[in-house]
Amino acid sequence: MTTLTDPPKEQFRLSMLLNDTRYRSYTFQFIALLLVIALIAYLGSNLMQNLRAAGLNISYQFLGEPSGYDINQRPIPYDSQSTHMRASIVGVLNTLIVAFLACLTATVIGVIAGVLRLSNNWLVRKLMAVYVEAFRNVPVLIWILIIFTIMTATLPAPRAFRGDDPEASMLFGAVAFTNRGVYLPKPLLEPMGWVVLGIFVLSIFGAIWYRRYATKLLYDTGRLLPMGWPTVAILILPAVLSYFILGQPIALEYPELGGFNFSGGVQVLGSLIALWFALAIYTGAFIAENVRAGIQAVSRGQTEAAASLGLRPRRIMNLVVLPQALRIIIPPLISQYLNITKNSSLAIAVGYMDITGTLGGITLNQTGRAIEAVLLLMLFYLTISLIISAVMNFYNNAVRLKER
Amino acid sequence: MSDMHQHSIRFVRETMLPQAAPPVAERGIVKWMRENLFSNLANSILTLLALLAVYYLAVETLPWMLNGIWDAPSIRACREILDGNVGGCFAVLTDRWNQLLFGFKYPSEEYWRPSLAFLLLFAAAAPVMFFKYLPGKLLIFTAIYPFLAYWLIWGGPFLAPVVALLGFVAGYVVWNRFVTSSFAAGFFGAIAAAAVTWWLGGVIVDAVAPENSLLPSVPSRDMGGFMLNMILGVVCVSLSIPFGIALALGRQSSMPIIKWICVIFIEFVRGVPLITLLFVANVVLAYFLPPGATFDLIIRVIIMITAFASAYIAEVIRGGLAALPRGQYEAADSLGLDYPQAMRLIILPQALKISIPGIVNVAVGLFKDTTLVSVISMFDLVGMIRGPILASTDWNGVYWELFGFAALLFFVVCYGISQYSQWLERELTTDHR
Repeated sequence: MTTLTDPPKEQFRLSMLLNDTRYRSYTFQFIALLLVIALIAYLGSNLMQNLRAAGLNISYQFLGEPSGYDINQRPIPYDSQSTHMRASIVGVLNTLIVAFLACLTATVIGVIAGVLRLSNNWLVRKLMAVYVEAFRNVPVLIWILIIFTIMTATLPAPRAFRGDDPEASMLFGAVAFTNRGVYLPKPLLEPMGWVVLGIFVLSIFGAIWYRRYATKLLYDTGRLLPMGWPTVAILILPAVLSYFILGQPIALEYPELGGFNFSGGVQVLGSLIALWFALAIYTGAFIAENVRAGIQAVSRGQTEAAASLGLRPRRIMNLVVLPQALRIIIPPLISQYLNITKNSSLAIAVGYMDITGTLGGITLNQTGRAIEAVLLLMLFYLTISLIISAVMNFYNNAVRLKER
Repeated sequence: MSDMHQHSIRFVRETMLPQAAPPVAERGIVKWMRENLFSNLANSILTLLALLAVYYLAVETLPWMLNGIWDAPSIRACREILDGNVGGCFAVLTDRWNQLLFGFKYPSEEYWRPSLAFLLLFAAAAPVMFFKYLPGKLLIFTAIYPFLAYWLIWGGPFLAPVVALLGFVAGYVVWNRFVTSSFAAGFFGAIAAAAVTWWLGGVIVDAVAPENSLLPSVPSRDMGGFMLNMILGVVCVSLSIPFGIALALGRQSSMPIIKWICVIFIEFVRGVPLITLLFVANVVLAYFLPPGATFDLIIRVIIMITAFASAYIAEVIRGGLAALPRGQYEAADSLGLDYPQAMRLIILPQALKISIPGIVNVAVGLFKDTTLVSVISMFDLVGMIRGPILASTDWNGVYWELFGFAALLFFVVCYGISQYSQWLERELTTDHR
């Protein structure tokens, strides 16, 4: 107890690098590092030799040169004289557009299908099982091609809408389904229209504030204010009233058949719809399973305990089951969003000009800058996925069970 | 007591009444329907809507399927036979059957070879899939199968796969001999033995290879159709499991440099879509190979898909490793096992068992993703349909039959695998419930 002497100092011997666990890990790491450096050097020297033999170099000059090709969906102004850089940005925006739409739709489809899979209606349950299995087990590329074929091969050409007795007619006189895409009415905003829009945005905040106020009142005093219809009223009434008071400042521009094609309105490309819906129903099947698993993971005792406290079924769902299920559902949901974003690169199969179609497709083929283009492409997707996993980590930390 | 009441009771039943059936509404199919289909108003509406949907689906597809034409040389002949009626032109499947399965370049007199390899795949997979019910000796065939299948599909000199196999056998023998004394000796000895065998074998094969081999060799670029999907799926999944295990162990490692190498690889690969990796295989990888070396596109694609799958499998196995109770690691340490022994004998068998459903999920996903190679102009099943078949004048416009067939084929395989995985999961549960 009184004296603790250090163990006798051992002389360091070379064999200890291999046999002594204290030093062995350094040896291994050193060897691993050496191997990786050697591999990189080997690949790099190969690259240099090959580039020299082909008379090429690594350069990003091509991004500043005019692209010389057209893009069929342009969220920002773009023409064939614009640079490759601008083409890539258009591609990025198109990727984000289709990913956003597909995430939204997939969530809706997935939640509905997942809840219906737990329905006590036998037929609905089985139908949803068929939906989930059928869509999960077939490649998404095949679904994209099938929906693209529906959009291009079965829908009528614009000229079918011509004449006194046309073969095809517009839905509600406003929406035209053609093999060149779907034409929707386009909202035209007069200056006063922005006021209406602003009032609508404000009323969204108003509705949120009202719900918070009602909840606080309930917790503080026990007075229960109605939630449902006041929310709807706050959302709709001010906007509708101001719309009429200000003299109907928002008009719709209907698509019209002129020449060989429709003009006016908004054209939604068939390839966008194919990609959007295929990704949505494919990923929706996966989300449905996540939702089902999440709800089932909340133990039966929780529901029963809530019922024994006298809560009604809807409140049991909203106050007890869903908050616990969401913690399980949301992390896989976010990784499904990531999957949608990555799968949206299949756009190249149907000619939708996303980042893979512009930078990784036409730009790559025109300039021959394979290494640079593919590198930029990977960096873009890597950035997106790092952002999404950062969001996921943030959420996981926020909802983690606080343990003592 | 009973005597006292006897005279006051007028009637006492002395025999049991025969049991009456429950009311109609409370038994049989009616009860089942009331409970499961029409329990309340919302449910009834839902049921009717679902029935309506099923009805429309049936009305739309059944005549098309039942009236289908299975024998016609082209879409025009098929439409003539149909004569305006609704019906599918399934003749495209019979007409182009071989193209759908084998691609359009594989020599037709050799079709029996991939077919045989496909059938033998079941024989080779069975000992692994149903290891509880089949004798372990059958695993020898599983070990031989990859070389046999390679020889059957690609053909060429018989000795080449034999030498490859011998290399593995030599490695295994050395491993078995030395691993009990030291893992490192076994591991590196095995690698050395295999390398020496392959080097010697390579020299011998080159020297003695006959001009005409038993099976004429077929170049990789002639592979196509569903065969290509199967090859890519099976090869990449089997290759990616060992790499995935290594990456997962590396990521769990306490050595920071090794850990970070694995983390960077895994996160990079998981962060990019498979298509970009296929682009790499198609146009970039050639720049990184030694000048003059040419790799088949199919091998480049196999490398990239394997890298892709290993990263995902590594994450699955990492989950399995993390799910093991800490006590298992400590128990292995307290028995005095070193790291390789602990991993081989205690940790990995349990961790892999936990990871099976996840691995199967990755395998199914990967098999579906093999269709993406059609984007880099390889003619797999989807590539064949979009390219040579739909572009031909004979069958231009037969979309639904072809895409339906492709979807069905993938559905059968993927659904079968996932059902197997669920069965295996039940089979492997050792906890008591």
